Order: sequence, then structure tokens, then C-alpha cells
Amino acid sequence: MSEVSVSFPPLSVDDVRKRFGAVTAVAGVSFEILPASCFGLLGPNGAGKSTLIRSIMGRVRPDSGSIRVFGHPVGSAAARANLGWVPQELAVYPLLTCRENLEAFGRYHGLRGPALDEAILWCLDWAALTDRSGTPVKTLSGGMKRRLNMAAGLIHRPRLVLLDEPTVGVDPQSRNRIFEMVEALRAQGMTIIYTTHYMEEAERLCDTIAIIDHGRIIALGSKEALVAQAFGSRSSVTIHFNRHQTNLGAWAAAHGGTSEDSAVHCTIEKPSEIAALLDAASRDGFEILDVTLQRPNLESVFLYLTGKELRS
Amino acid sequence: MMIRMIATIVQTGFRSLRRDRVAFVLSFVLPIAFFTIFGFVFGNMRASSTPRVSVLVVDEDHTSESRALIRGLLREPSLDVATHPKTSKENPSADYTAATAEAAVRNGVAPAALIIPSGFSSHPISFGPGSPRPTFQILNDSSDPVAAQVLAGMLQKTVMMSLPATMASVGSQFFEQEIGGLSGQQRQQLEASLNALRKLEEQQSTSVNATNGVKSVTPDLSGLVSISVRDVVGEKKRSPMISYYAAGVGVMFLLFTSSGASGSLLDESDSGALDRVLSARVTMTNLLAGKLIYSAIVAFLQLALMFLWAAAVFHLDLFTHVPGFIVMTAATSFAVAAFGMLLASITRTRAQLAAISTLIILTMSAVGGSMFPRFLMPDAMKKVGLFTFNSWSIDGYTKVFWRDEPVRHLGPQITVLLTSGLVLFLLARLFARRWEAA
Repeated sequence: MSEVSVSFPPLSVDDVRKRFGAVTAVAGVSFEILPASCFGLLGPNGAGKSTLIRSIMGRVRPDSGSIRVFGHPVGSAAARANLGWVPQELAVYPLLTCRENLEAFGRYHGLRGPALDEAILWCLDWAALTDRSGTPVKTLSGGMKRRLNMAAGLIHRPRLVLLDEPTVGVDPQSRNRIFEMVEALRAQGMTIIYTTHYMEEAERLCDTIAIIDHGRIIALGSKEALVAQAFGSRSSVTIHFNRHQTNLGAWAAAHGGTSEDSAVHCTIEKPSEIAALLDAASRDGFEILDVTLQRPNLESVFLYLTGKELRS
Repeated sequence: MMIRMIATIVQTGFRSLRRDRVAFVLSFVLPIAFFTIFGFVFGNMRASSTPRVSVLVVDEDHTSESRALIRGLLREPSLDVATHPKTSKENPSADYTAATAEAAVRNGVAPAALIIPSGFSSHPISFGPGSPRPTFQILNDSSDPVAAQVLAGMLQKTVMMSLPATMASVGSQFFEQEIGGLSGQQRQQLEASLNALRKLEEQQSTSVNATNGVKSVTPDLSGLVSISVRDVVGEKKRSPMISYYAAGVGVMFLLFTSSGASGSLLDESDSGALDRVLSARVTMTNLLAGKLIYSAIVAFLQLALMFLWAAAVFHLDLFTHVPGFIVMTAATSFAVAAFGMLLASITRTRAQLAAISTLIILTMSAVGGSMFPRFLMPDAMKKVGLFTFNSWSIDGYTKVFWRDEPVRHLGPQITVLLTSGLVLFLLARLFARRWEAA
């Protein structure tokens, strides 16, 4: 592991702003990440997430503000040594073997000799690729390529790692394997920044979640805190009606909800309010097929705050 | 139904082609552009007839006949005749002698020299077998297989055209000898005709410049004058043009492979590997230098293999020219690798790189002598060729393998290749800033 400054947070982002011509990509973002935590960064497409990630990696120079890794300015040798990056693209050499890839990226980070050999062995073991160490990357399965892509970002054993959508395009089995790899990193005390388009991944892996939209952090906190901030104690009720019902939209609006096809979505403070809704529907002549009560989750928070599905 | 489906496929193809600008350029514009360039390069060669052959002329006869012959050669548009080295007016130099002309041919000043022998005026031409025939000598650089042949042909023609009185006089003597003598009246008429021809010779001598560019058909006069050709350069070489084409073809393919290898920058940019590498401790200068060295080593090995093959199959004398070969190959490899880096840094996609590199490399190769010998090109085109790696590299290899010149004589070629390589690399570094943090 790299030597670090323990008195500084793994990552501190202070009022970072970046414009590309007339477009403001990042409009004053500030946050800090706690040591050994997993920080989820969520946002719809075009929200400024990629620019923020590339700024953290030193690949984009902010117009103003500062980003520090364990107290070191981004781009400095110390920051590079403490920061690992797993891009969402398969950023490895397809004609090289797994071991040759890890060797190359290790050397790019200044490793050599026994330290490099040890790091390669650790990465192969962590990514469950030891028996594939001599296999050219292009012949690996999609999941194996993803795991090697992750391993290449950790070859220099950073204390802070940025995983940018590491499960894109992998099958459920490989995704579970990647979750286990991330949890193994957390167990070793590594700090993780995790971006994803899959809400269940953020719910499973992240302690703290930031939602970014229009270049700003619009929500920051634990999953429970975000739900409480957005919905309080409210729950969501979905009532499915017979398809031939008319004026469903007007009825939903009259009861503070919205309609979608033959369903109505309403928000209630207490479960007991369901009975009143069902009585009103029967009284107004609507034929009910089924009723669902759901506590809001992270997906609901995201939709509520951004007005968009995370994967749209 | 089937026709509509096929028509839709055709329409889809055209729509896709129209929207893929690079493919569009490759399909239509590139062939026209390349054809146009080739048209300019080679299309005018016929209009200006045979490319001018540089010839050094040594007059060992010093008679009015030999001077008339030189004037005739000067009038010949396909020859660029020099009787003395180029010097300033303030410092005129002496005429070439056999020794200085031979040295000049050895040094590549001209591909051939003509020595007009002493006694030429006594027996300038000969019609019959066994007649006294002074022999012209052509000193030849056999790396240019055309020059000596053109010169020999032009010499036959010029002797006939520039010395009509001499030709008629010798011809009549031969005729008289064969028929047993002329009558007095016939001899008077012949003498009158010869005097008229001598006057014509004098008139021609005063209008050398005015007759430049006159086109004439060269008659078949083989054997009218006696000519011996001596190779003063490459006389012991077994395969005259092998080193030329090994260098020419080698450099052309080196340019292609170097631009292709440098395209890995674009691949790595697309895959994100470039970002990952640059987010480590590697700087853009490190990265470009590494790729330059890789490309240069591959290029060196390619050329080495090409020349080894030439040595094995075509008997190129590689192993007695190893120092010159290494120096030339290293300089050439560096230059073409830097050229590839520049192309990769100014293009955005592999398709763009392929289109631009094809256009530039084929043009450079055509003009620079990789496809067509430079000594057969018009003078203007030879000068344009000096802007290509191909020509400098070919010239350097010719010095090494053909003229057996020492490494220290490769200064101009090495300087041009290394300097241009360095400049191209610096330009590549400048353009590569687009991959750095924005």
C-alpha cells in the first residue's frame, strides 16, 4: 500500500467548476469522502458526472476549485500514487496476456522487481484470474475482461480507487463476482468511489451516495437519509384498474396522484390511508385489479429529484 | 418484392456512404487526387521528351570537327552537356580531362562522360569494315542504366547531323574506293557539294542556342562511329539496381508500417487505455518517445530484413557495407517513425489516418523515387523529390552500396533525415496536447 497522509480525507472536492464553451459541465461541486467508505456517485446522462470523474483523475483541469487526494493536489505524483482508476471502457491491451497487461500498467506506475511481481500475483488472485495469467485478453470472456480491467487499476495498490461503472455489459454471475471483489477491497480498508447506472448496486455497496444533476450535487447522504429527505415517512401506493376505465387521469389528480396506462400512483403518509383510497375508487365505479404498497427506495429518490430514470 | 428489398439495400448502402465522410473521400476523392498527382508527376514527361541526361564531355582532339561535334551535342535537347565543372564567372575552371571527368562520374556529378578521342578529325566516321575508326569512350555510372545508352544514341545522331560535310566526304571516298574512281567532272561536282555542306556546318555553329528544342527522329546509325562503354562505378556489382529498389521499396513500406503502428495511439485513445496510462506516472512526452522508439526499431528491423534478403537472393554486397548500412537505416527509421507519429497525432480516427497516410505516402514514394527511378524524372520533379524521405534515403543507400563512399560522405543525407525526423516529432508532440488534461 502507498504511504498516505492519515490526517486528510481520501478525497476532498471544493467548489469545482468546469465549463466547455457555453456549456457548464460542473457548477460548483463540493464534498468529502470518509476513509474506508464506499461513495456512490449517481447522475443521469449529461449531468456532469463524467467531467467530475475525469477532474478527479486529473484528466480534466477545472476552471476553479480544488481537488485533493489525501491532501495532495490532483495530478501530483503523490495523488497519482494514492489514486486508482477503473474506467468503464476496457482500457487494457487486447493482444497482451493478463500478466503482461498488469506488468505494463504496474511499470507505468513505477513498480519494478519483487514489488511488481507481488502486485501482479495479488491482482490475479483478487480478480480470480490466476489460472488465466498467460491468456491473451482478447480471448477472455466479457466478465474476465472486466475483472482484469479492474485489476489493472489497482496494480499499484492505491488507497482510493474510482470504479466507473465496473459492471457494464456483464452477466449476473460475473456481476456478483465483481461485487465480491469490491467488498473485499472495502474489507481491506480501501476507500472507493463507485459510479453505476444500476441502483441496486449503489444500495448494496455504497454507504454514502451523491446525486449529481445539471453540474451540481442535489442530494448527499446515506440511502436512508436520502429517502427520508425526499419522502419523509410517505409510501407509494399503486392501484391497477381494469383497462376499460375512463377519466382515470382526472381521478388520480383528484387524489394527489398520477396515472399511467391503467394504473394510478399515489403517495400516502400512513398505511391506513389505503382503505380510504380503495373506498373512493369503488364509490366512483372503478374496478380494482390489485393494490401494491411500496416504501420509497433510492430509485424513487433519484426519480423524484431528477425527474429521470437512472438508466434513461 | 425482391427487387424492392434489393433496392432498399442499395439505398441503405449509399446513405451510409454519404454520411461516412472518410469512406466517401476514400471512395471518390482519394483516387482522383492521387491520379492528379501522378498525372503531374509523370504526365508531362512525354511532352518534354526523354529526360535530360547529364553528360560530361572531354575533348582530346581539339579540332574544328571535335568542336563541331560538341556544338552538336549541346544542341541536343535530351542531353545536358558540360565541358567543365560549374564555377562562377570570376573563377572559371579548366575543361574536363579524362581523369577529372572519371572522378566526377565516380562522385555522382553526372551519370556518364564522353571522351572524344585524339585523331577523331582524321577518321570521324567509317562506312566500311576494317576502316580506321577512332573509338569514343563513354565512362558510365551503371547505377543509371539509361544514361550511357541515351548518350551513345545521341552521339551517333549528332555525328551525322552536325558533320554533314565530313560524312559526305568520307562517304564519297568509300564510294570511290568501291567503284574504282570518279571522273574529273564528277569529282568537281562532289567538291562543290562538299563546300556547300561545310558552309552549312559553319552556319550551324553560329546558331547553337537557336536550334535548342528542335525535335528530330534519331536514325539507326549503329556502327557509324565506334563507341566503347566503360563502367567506372559499379563495374564489379552483380545486380545494379538492387540496392536502389531495396531502399526505395523498403522506405515506402516503412512509411506505411510506421503510420499504422503510430495508429495505436488512436486505438488506445478510443479504448481509454491512453487515459489510464496518462493518469499513471507516464507523461505525454514519455509516451510519444516510447512509441517513436518502438516504431523506429520495427522500421530498422524491416529494412535490415529487406537488405538481408537482397544479399541472399540478389547478391547485394551488404556485409562489406555494414557501417554505412547501419547509419543510413538508423536515420531512415527515425525519420519515418517520427513521420508516423505526426500523422497519428493530427488525425482523429483510424479511418482518417488510413486515408491521409495513403495519400501522402504514395505521393512521397512516387515523387521520391520509390516507384520510379529518379534519374528518369524531369529535373523539376527531381527537385520536388528532395522534399521526401524516400529520395534522401535512396541517395544515401546509393552512396553506400553503389559508390562505396565512406560513412562521412553521408552527412547531407543523415542531417536531412535526422533533422526532419526531429522536427516532425516535435510537431507530433505539439498536436498531441489534445490528449492531455483539458
